[in-house]
Amino acid sequence: MLKKIILIAITTLALIINVHASSDGELLLKKNNPNEVSECWEGFNRASFALNQGLDKVLFKPVASVYRTLPTPIKSGVSNSLDNLSNLVTIPNNILQGEFSKAGVNTGRFVINTTIGILGLIDVATYLGFEEYVKEDYGQTLAVHGSGPGCYIVLPVLGPSTARDTVASITNFVGGDAWYNITVNNDTQYFSDFDYYASKVTSGVDFRAKNYDSIDNLEKNSIDFYASVKSLYLQDRQQKILNAKTIVNTQDDSDWEEIEN
Amino acid sequence: MKTKLLSIIFVINLIFGNALSIEPDVFVQSTVNRASKLLSENISKEKKIEELKLIAKDTVDIQGIGFYTLGGVRKNLSDSDKEKYSKLFQEYFLKSFSSRLAEYTNPEIDVFSKEKLNKNYTIVNSTLKATSERPEIKIDWRIYTKNPEKPLIRDLIIEGLSLARTQKEEFASVLNSNDGDINALFKTLEEFSNQ
Repeated sequence: MLKKIILIAITTLALIINVHASSDGELLLKKNNPNEVSECWEGFNRASFALNQGLDKVLFKPVASVYRTLPTPIKSGVSNSLDNLSNLVTIPNNILQGEFSKAGVNTGRFVINTTIGILGLIDVATYLGFEEYVKEDYGQTLAVHGSGPGCYIVLPVLGPSTARDTVASITNFVGGDAWYNITVNNDTQYFSDFDYYASKVTSGVDFRAKNYDSIDNLEKNSIDFYASVKSLYLQDRQQKILNAKTIVNTQDDSDWEEIEN
Repeated sequence: MKTKLLSIIFVINLIFGNALSIEPDVFVQSTVNRASKLLSENISKEKKIEELKLIAKDTVDIQGIGFYTLGGVRKNLSDSDKEKYSKLFQEYFLKSFSSRLAEYTNPEIDVFSKEKLNKNYTIVNSTLKATSERPEIKIDWRIYTKNPEKPLIRDLIIEGLSLARTQKEEFASVLNSNDGDINALFKTLEEFSNQ
């Protein structure tokens, strides 16, 4: 029954996403432009957003407020080990995107940080001069291969996403995430389901703590907080998909050129 | 004689023309220094907010940002609506801008590079130094340089995310939810400013 539901969900969402065989940089930029992402389920999204805000108030924000008072080395250690774990999704995606040298660098980074860096707590690879770590996921891989974002969606608990990214994230649970495989999927004697879910919750708390003031500030100074979060999320996704280093690569300057003073 | 006179005028223009223009990165660093000095002063938050508003009026192209934020809708507005919008936007912007900044105490920002996009725009790159509570933050500034003697800030891009663009999409959402009625946006801005 569950398999059937998942299949129906995948098929429905895949139909909403416009899939094309290939893409170039300009097309990729246009397709992932926040203005091009459709708002198909605004009622549901706003309800889900309200639920997430409620959860944030009673759970994530209070925990994050305590977490951010911890000594910096502890917070850095937690953040480093979460980044290290995320390599297990980044590396296969580097390969799927044809970025073989990045896959090699990230594999080296993972091996060094897991061993010498004591389970990723210390980012030894960066000290050794490895290039800056950039996370990749299955949604970005689908985008790179020409899949449009489809509709914007706010998932309960998990937050903002797009139809494409939601479909792609299912890959993590069907073998695409080695961390999930050794904790939840397979019964190993070293790890349990708890380890996986604890890492995900910690990741959420770490994110919330890092952006504690920014999120509060944004909420306080927005005339439509939902629209602000949507815009920021989609701008961020566009940058990640294009691996853009500067805003100049993703923003259409003609908008600005029309404004004369 | 005429050639000599022209040469002298050219040289004078070259010297004084350059002397009067302000480099965008120097402008950003001096603006940041002004704000930092103010934020580190031992004065009330209300006083800080008032002073920050003065700095913003002097260094930010509030009217330009306002019309950018409005998007394509600005093209169909009557002159009286444009005037009303500019006034409401300025009040909204100054309140939002100053209350955002007033939360920080002595922020340390280092300007390290700039990229000239064209004669009207330069992007200035800087970093807000890390504290024990948050990591280092990359901030880029879109500087409007049409008048090189009076550069103005048009956008802040924090970790690659444009505040002007976010604001533009926020305003578009308010308009979309109200069938494009500009009066609904006016009302929302008024409510925000009167909070």
